[in-house]
Amino acid sequence: MQSFKHLPPPEMYCHSSFFLRGEDGSRNQARFRYLGELDQTASAFHPDDAIDLSPNSMFSLKSGNVAVLSNNFNYDPALNTSIGSAEIATTGTGCLDTGQYMHPKGTTIVSSLGNGHSIENWGHSGMADNGQQTDTSTDVDTDDRNQLHGVQHGPVVVVDSRPKTGDQKTLRRLAQNREAARKSRLRKKAYVQQLETSRLRLAQLEQELQRAQQQGVFVATGFSGDHGSGNGVVVFDMEYAHWLEEHQRLISDLRAAVSSHMGDNELHLHVDGVMAHYDEIFRLKSIGTKADVFHMLSGMWKTPAERCFMWLGGFRSSELLKILGNHLEPLTDQQIMGICNLQQSSQQAEDALSQGMEALQQSLVDTLSSTSLGFAGSGNVADYMGQMAIAMGKLATLENFLHQADLLRQQTLQQMRRILTTRQAARALLVFGDYASRLRALSSLWLARPRD
Amino acid sequence: MQYQYKYQHQQQGAESSSWGYYVPAARGMVGSDPLERVVRLASESAVVIFSISSCCMCHAVKRLFCGMGVNPTVYELDQDPRGKEIERALMRLLGNYSSAVPVVFIGGKLIGAMDRVMASHINGTLVPLLKEAGALWL
Repeated sequence: MQSFKHLPPPEMYCHSSFFLRGEDGSRNQARFRYLGELDQTASAFHPDDAIDLSPNSMFSLKSGNVAVLSNNFNYDPALNTSIGSAEIATTGTGCLDTGQYMHPKGTTIVSSLGNGHSIENWGHSGMADNGQQTDTSTDVDTDDRNQLHGVQHGPVVVVDSRPKTGDQKTLRRLAQNREAARKSRLRKKAYVQQLETSRLRLAQLEQELQRAQQQGVFVATGFSGDHGSGNGVVVFDMEYAHWLEEHQRLISDLRAAVSSHMGDNELHLHVDGVMAHYDEIFRLKSIGTKADVFHMLSGMWKTPAERCFMWLGGFRSSELLKILGNHLEPLTDQQIMGICNLQQSSQQAEDALSQGMEALQQSLVDTLSSTSLGFAGSGNVADYMGQMAIAMGKLATLENFLHQADLLRQQTLQQMRRILTTRQAARALLVFGDYASRLRALSSLWLARPRD
Repeated sequence: MQYQYKYQHQQQGAESSSWGYYVPAARGMVGSDPLERVVRLASESAVVIFSISSCCMCHAVKRLFCGMGVNPTVYELDQDPRGKEIERALMRLLGNYSSAVPVVFIGGKLIGAMDRVMASHINGTLVPLLKEAGALWL
């Protein structure tokens, strides 16, 4: 699905047996296939996948040099020359009105390509294809004109012309009727299938849109405050985005301050600024947790890579100190001991909270699985409601766990600040900032990676 | 600690023990003030945790101490006939908290709920307290 983020996603559907030959014959042979979706990334494009048919009559081509009839050609024996000028050869810009699907009559459809090429109609090569000749000759018989519709709505039926007797004419007409009816049924089937698929696609897109909105894609209406939890989520996501911008600015200021070798007094201000800014995110998270604990726990407001390595709604404090590693040397003995103790205590606190979460999950499992299956008697319903009430109470403690985890993170940062000198603290904050921004960059790279 | 101090005011003129308040000799189990009972229980062991068996945060605090090698004395209030009273007393003691448990006492002194315990551990004051109370030896 990732490809759709970068390209406007036209609906793409192909009919199963529709063949389209490129102007250069074999080179750009494109085959219609019935597909729910085509991967549209340019790097993944193959000429074989060139043709897409969409139910809303947008027909986009992604291969070079594939020519199709444009919508407005006139049915003309001298068609060859006019077709050539209708050649469409760029990616995604061609349009062909596939009004064929809408056409009430049993019209057979052929798109003629370029000079001297033709399209087979749903695999019925016998009917319309005359080899390499462009089958655009008219049949003067008026009966057949019904089936040769193509003047206004689109491609043209191609039929042989031969001299006929009356008998032959009737027979031929009947045969053509049958053929046309058959093709009409096939078209209808294809249309219905396309509708089904596009319905699924629509549902998927709606879901994505909903998710995107929750992630803070800001709708023009702003915050009307209608739905409590959804509003809180959007507010948090927006505040987080602002916080992140500000954070990056503060970090680069700090970096400049460190490399300029300024005095401790001034550096102190920068360091304090960053620390205070961290306090701000914990405050925002606390508000966000009260609004929607599941959103905070889900980490949807973070990038995917960050989310993957998240613990209880944020970073692991014990990890933080490991990241510092050797960047802080030289350290005094007291500092080393302080850092070691901090490492150990944050690890222990993390483990305790993790075990508490496990107990929570286990007790939720016990509560939810203890409900009896049927709801036959009122007793069972009361039971059910009772169990649900207990489960709700347990869910409420999730907020507390998330809150404790954030407190742990905040306190670890503050203790670290206490142990280190100003300059060391500045370096530490830069290391954290860089680590986080690299992780975010990794997410972007991963999402944008070429795939086949 | 401030809570200790509050209690002290209530018991002015009484004999003082090592915690600065009066513990009546003939206490027994008779209708004593639940807060008194709390304080008494808290003074009986180095590390005392008031808990509820179904509470997951209590489980977390228990795991924290066990992980440090401490063996706390745990009172499960839901298994005590007068547990409700004690819960209420603890709630008053803590101030405005959403839950009365867990509450931790070390060496008879009130440490507080989970957040205070963790904060104290992170800023390095918990371990000395434990050592002082004789709950940790290393």
